[in-house]
Amino acid sequence: MTAKELAAACGWKLLAGSDGEENPVDGCYVGDLLSWVMSRAQSGNVWLTVMGNVNAIAVAALTDVACIVLAEDAALDKDAAARAETQGIPVYTCAENLYDTAVRVYETLR
Amino acid sequence: MRELSLNVMDIVQNSISAGASLITIEVKESLPEDLLSISVTDNGCGMTKEQVEHVIDPFFTTRTTRSVGLGVPLFKMEAEMTGGSFVIDSEKGKGTALTAVFKPSHVDMIPLGDIEGTVQLLISCNPDRDFLYHRTRKGPGGKEGDFTLDTRELREVLGGDVSLDNPEVVVWIKEFLEEQTEELRNTTS
Repeated sequence: MTAKELAAACGWKLLAGSDGEENPVDGCYVGDLLSWVMSRAQSGNVWLTVMGNVNAIAVAALTDVACIVLAEDAALDKDAAARAETQGIPVYTCAENLYDTAVRVYETLR
Repeated sequence: MRELSLNVMDIVQNSISAGASLITIEVKESLPEDLLSISVTDNGCGMTKEQVEHVIDPFFTTRTTRSVGLGVPLFKMEAEMTGGSFVIDSEKGKGTALTAVFKPSHVDMIPLGDIEGTVQLLISCNPDRDFLYHRTRKGPGGKEGDFTLDTRELREVLGGDVSLDNPEVVVWIKEFLEEQTEELRNTTS
């Protein structure tokens, strides 16, 4: 499944990084402590977080996650949006909290 | 990071990579003012003005192995998340100094963690470098205290034949830091 397909199934809205929407998704990671995520998120994960700053985009680039989903309508900074565009890292938004979003990802991917 | 001491470890690695022979780590704590300040100063190769401007950008790194460098950006973010501040100053050929100031009472404050253990590890793992560690504390009633560990003084006492990674020296440094930290806490509380 691609990031775009998962986003459509879960009802997420794209904020930036459309170039990466065809990235394949094969798992999920949830976390907000960037240094922790940096050493644990796996390539191909959809990363659920509330951290919408440029450092989060750098962590996504470093870990090669398929996309970022900002839960609970967490804001995406202007700088971060610009970086997500140039790096081709899709960033989606949704209103649900991290738990509900993770459950939705689990049900869609299984 | 989970502990600010891990940030210090990371930042000091930058100093070592920059060829610094002396690295100063200063931790200042003031309970009445609700402030914790961590400074790392080195005499490494330093950076140009342009590099300093870019150093807070995680997509800027001097590494050739990867295109992302998060050490400084994370430290800055962690300080600012508490309502604190971050300053970096550097001069090519002279060295770099950075200071992160935190508001410890803030809900997003990350614990300082085992800073003494970090300092001890940095000294033991880099016996060819000198470290100056200075810790100050102002307690809740305004009582102030401080202590310093200067490996240059330690070398003078030890003489040229004993390295800072000698097991007995490592134990001495560990115990010195633990004792001094406890005494600082007791005398300023």
